[in-house]
Amino acid sequence: MHTNSLYQEVILDHNRKPRNYGKLDHASHHATGHNPLCGDRLDITLQLEDDQINNIAFQGESCAICKASASMMTAAVKGKSRENAEILIHEFRELATGKLDTNQPHHLGRLTVFSGIRDLPTRVKCAILPWHTLHAALNSLDGASTEADDSAPTIPNHS
Amino acid sequence: MTPVNASLKSDVSSSPDWEKIRADFPILQLNIGGKPLAYLDNAASSQMPQQVIDRLVRYQTTQHANINRAVHYLSEVATLEYHNARCRLQQFINAREDREVIFTSGTTDSINLVMHGYGRKFIKAGDEIILTTLEHHSNIVPWQMLANEKGATIRVVPINDKGEVEIDEYEKLFNERTKFVGLIHVSNALGTINPIKGMIDFAHRHGVPVLIDGAQAAPHITIDVQALDCDFYAFSAHKLCGPTGVGILYGKAALLEAMQPFKGGGDMITSVTFEKTIYNTIPHKFEAGTPPIAAAIGFGAAVEYLTAIGIEHIAAYELGLLEYATACLNDIPGVRIIGTAAEKTAVISFAIDGIHPHDIGTILNQDGIAVRTGHHCAQPVMQRFNVPATSRASFAFYNKKTEVDALVAGIKTVQKIFL
Repeated sequence: MHTNSLYQEVILDHNRKPRNYGKLDHASHHATGHNPLCGDRLDITLQLEDDQINNIAFQGESCAICKASASMMTAAVKGKSRENAEILIHEFRELATGKLDTNQPHHLGRLTVFSGIRDLPTRVKCAILPWHTLHAALNSLDGASTEADDSAPTIPNHS
Repeated sequence: MTPVNASLKSDVSSSPDWEKIRADFPILQLNIGGKPLAYLDNAASSQMPQQVIDRLVRYQTTQHANINRAVHYLSEVATLEYHNARCRLQQFINAREDREVIFTSGTTDSINLVMHGYGRKFIKAGDEIILTTLEHHSNIVPWQMLANEKGATIRVVPINDKGEVEIDEYEKLFNERTKFVGLIHVSNALGTINPIKGMIDFAHRHGVPVLIDGAQAAPHITIDVQALDCDFYAFSAHKLCGPTGVGILYGKAALLEAMQPFKGGGDMITSVTFEKTIYNTIPHKFEAGTPPIAAAIGFGAAVEYLTAIGIEHIAAYELGLLEYATACLNDIPGVRIIGTAAEKTAVISFAIDGIHPHDIGTILNQDGIAVRTGHHCAQPVMQRFNVPATSRASFAFYNKKTEVDALVAGIKTVQKIFL
């Protein structure tokens, strides 16, 4: 049996059967994320009421890591306050870039399944894209790009 | 590419010892995560044999100084060795004169040199530049910049479903406004070998000069610029077992002399006052500043190494790998090869149903297999085949069939994980 640190069953399951997949008709906030490295795109729509995320959905074309990250993210932030969602966004970015000490208290829960991504700098952007896009949506920015992220390593785009 | 050479098969003594050649490449001994490295990303960059590494060390430890300047011993030696490297490149592509070989920082720099030196001087508003759908971004973007600046137009030759340039459509694009043609010799994304000789001849019948982007061809096909009669030919050292940071532009002497300089600075001048600068003769006119001397000398050593093996032997061996790998991948359900031209170098772009190329690349990497995933700096090719990206295995003469087998096993692992 092939052992695989990153492509664990929970990630494969969310890739196969993404939760909250689609587009909300009456979204109060939305944003589109783009990863220029691979051309992946992600649309996030959400309904924010009294600073609480009542509903959220995502759709787009992406790799398994990005799709699973988006699926688990939507499940994690649904029902949360904007403030708590921003804390998760921050912690997930820290996790993906290897800066989070998972022995200290945090709020990521099962999202720590993505911790292995820190050893694959070229794939960090795949995992982070949904979170950037959520951040952009919550802050009424038009879009997010992994290229705008200073915290992630720069990916050389050669031929 | 020529089919597997019959004489090579019958005459075993003339066939190189490929296992021995593979042993020249120290990096191929690496293990990646405990698995033997299968380096199948040669179209992005090739690896360097010990002979070239040794040449760089020898230069740096016993021969280095700046060139074309001082009268001291080291400067004389470095100047001579740099010149010898130019002559090796001249022989490698059968240029008429060594001054027709300009050292650049690589293929991209070479193409930009032609855009600035030739294009900005001779292309005018309303003129048309012909490119093919197969071009690498490096042979698209400079011409778009020129077209925007001058008010010129880019005309694009389509490709068919196999990834071959449609020659009829190419010929139909020519008219009295056509002033330049840029052609990729071998597609980096698909491996297609373009029939450039006929395309060059056709352009010349319309009085149009042709630039060939040979980055993917020079490592695999014997280049004879006089036989091709191309006006410009560009390629990089690092795809020919040489160092990064250096490449060449071949140009016909008369064209190079007519062109304006690209970069200004030291070495490219004969005299400078604040009123007027007299430019140096070619090739120096285009080599402003201190060139990558060590890399150029390493480049010379690399083509010497390849020539000793014989490009025709390399082509025949790689064709064998291509045929084997193509048959193996065609046998895997759910795998689709993109780019099935009749004439190809050993490049296989492929898609696996329902699985993103980046996931494929990451999982193959866990088995020590290095492939390229992405758009390969050829987004128009991806758009033509309606895929955002592909996975690409590209082979060199130091690869072996067991590495193809490792790729096949890796693809099956990918499919099993995503079942």
